[in-house]
Amino acid sequence: MIEIVSRERCIACDKCIAVCPTNVFDRGADGIPVLTRQSDCQTCFMCEAYCPVDALFVDPRSHPLPEPPDEADLAAEGLLGSYREQIGWGRGRTPGARLAVGPSLNRSGAPLTS
Amino acid sequence: MTINEIDADVLVAGGGPAGAWAAVKAAEAGASVVLADKGYLGTSGATASAGTGVWYVEPRPEAREAAMASREGLGGYLADREWMARVLDQTYANMNELAEVSRYPFPVDDDGRQIRRGLQGPEYMRRMRVRVRRAGVRVLDHSPVTELLADGSGAVAGAAGYRLRDEHPFRVTARAVVLATGGCAFLSKALGCDVNTGDGALFAAEAGAELSGMEFSNAYAIAPAFTSVTKTAFYSFATFYHADGSVLEGAGSQRGRSVIARTLLTEPVLCRIDKATPEEQRAMRLAQPNFFLPFDRQGIDPFTDLFPVTLLAEGTVRGTGGIRITGPDCATTVPGLYAAGDAATRELICGGFTGGGSHNSAWAMSSGTWAGRGAARHAAELGGRATGRPVRALGEAGVRPAGPATGGHAEYVRAVQAEVLPYDKNLLRHADRLVPALDALDRTWRELAGTLRGEGAGLVRARSAAAMTAHARWMYSAALARTETRGMHKRQDLPEQDPSQRRRLVTGGLHEVWTRPETAALAVAS
Repeated sequence: MIEIVSRERCIACDKCIAVCPTNVFDRGADGIPVLTRQSDCQTCFMCEAYCPVDALFVDPRSHPLPEPPDEADLAAEGLLGSYREQIGWGRGRTPGARLAVGPSLNRSGAPLTS
Repeated sequence: MTINEIDADVLVAGGGPAGAWAAVKAAEAGASVVLADKGYLGTSGATASAGTGVWYVEPRPEAREAAMASREGLGGYLADREWMARVLDQTYANMNELAEVSRYPFPVDDDGRQIRRGLQGPEYMRRMRVRVRRAGVRVLDHSPVTELLADGSGAVAGAAGYRLRDEHPFRVTARAVVLATGGCAFLSKALGCDVNTGDGALFAAEAGAELSGMEFSNAYAIAPAFTSVTKTAFYSFATFYHADGSVLEGAGSQRGRSVIARTLLTEPVLCRIDKATPEEQRAMRLAQPNFFLPFDRQGIDPFTDLFPVTLLAEGTVRGTGGIRITGPDCATTVPGLYAAGDAATRELICGGFTGGGSHNSAWAMSSGTWAGRGAARHAAELGGRATGRPVRALGEAGVRPAGPATGGHAEYVRAVQAEVLPYDKNLLRHADRLVPALDALDRTWRELAGTLRGEGAGLVRARSAAAMTAHARWMYSAALARTETRGMHKRQDLPEQDPSQRRRLVTGGLHEVWTRPETAALAVAS
């Protein structure tokens, strides 16, 4: 589930509020999005993909954590923005779609392209 | 300005691939179009957050023949060759449009030719949003439809809904409506599926439409335990283990999923993706970056470490049941109402089984195209006659209860989940468990239909709870009516396929659920 909106990185563009398919975010008093409906998060990682400054972190577990993970640790491990990087979104990157040729699933058949 | 009332030729409910294609094609046919999505056109639905193979087959007769034959047996011979051929043609055309109109960045092979057999969900749906808007479609994000409107003759004449962001109801009067609201995964947290609560099937049934194939509603996907990432395909490279490290015999991603389910009832199941070569491992990362998120973010190396897995219900998202289609334009039995994508039955091309992707994505883009064009044609034929016609709202359970209203949608959701998520009820089916489950669901329905009403955003949740309850009752009614094993519908008490039941089952009704064979048994092909 969505665990972190980085106050340090967020530029208050409201993109995550707009794109979240389950309407998890609201705009906070200071403009930084807040997780009003965290339990509705479906752990789809789409907000991370759309965040232009890698300010969001979605933990892969589909339940809320007792405590959010430490932002500095995540940044040090390269996990803030890692999904956006892997799908090749962001200026100067090659779209992941261009490279998405998977292994053949039956070894004799055509390669999987999804 | 807050939008209250909108008039359009065509309203599309749902902004996944089927809804997006429907909106584009209706607009290209000259209709004024509104698309209303529960979430956001571009991120909503099972496709946007995933990657998907596409049933894209070169138009060579022998290739098409092989493609059509490949899954007929798995589907229990309930598919229709004519529909398969149409879908192959339409999918080929739409994928080429994606390359040429939307400039989708397909990978290229060694000869520099684009490989158009797959799509990355985020990229695909981002580009579909652009195309929908360029076509002049008015897009309402975070605006779930909550009920249909009908004219005096019973023809569908629009829909009402609620704008979640500005907290305001809206109403679209329209000459035709396309339901592309997805299947129903019962809020199981399967990747991208929590917006898919079967709302469209409820709306359709309230308007008098029928459903088909609702017994094919027990799809479950493999995911690392406690996560949402349901990418079952790569588990064909996996070995499954007991907690003590011994191999779980017979378990697999294809035919061995019921072994995993049976084992999970009493003990954990561990997994390791240990059959992939280093080259295949690299290809997996490129093809499905999201497959690795649960591993990378929990410090697991899936190729060398054992990790626990679970099965997440995907109901009629990956199951093939849905609103019954009665014509090549994806019409339903109700005038003015069209259905597309997972909201519609996929039996016509898959029979009683599909895996993920491939046929599902092909069906979404093809049926969306046809439903959009069909709705535009219907709107043009109605023309000015529809202007200002009196309409009434059709919603019942969750919006207009029979008795004094109360809240409590969350308890109804839990009650339904308790009957449809457990593997020993839905996946491993047996009359001894289906009958009491259906009884419990009927009781839930009676209580809900009698009292549940939500206000504002609560209305949306109440209607989703009603939709899930109705969906579950159609599923188990059909599952009890199909007294055999066919496609994904596997009855432990009736493990054989019965040739006399080679026909589709039609289901419907809200207060009284009914099921009947669509036709006599189809001729046996082989």
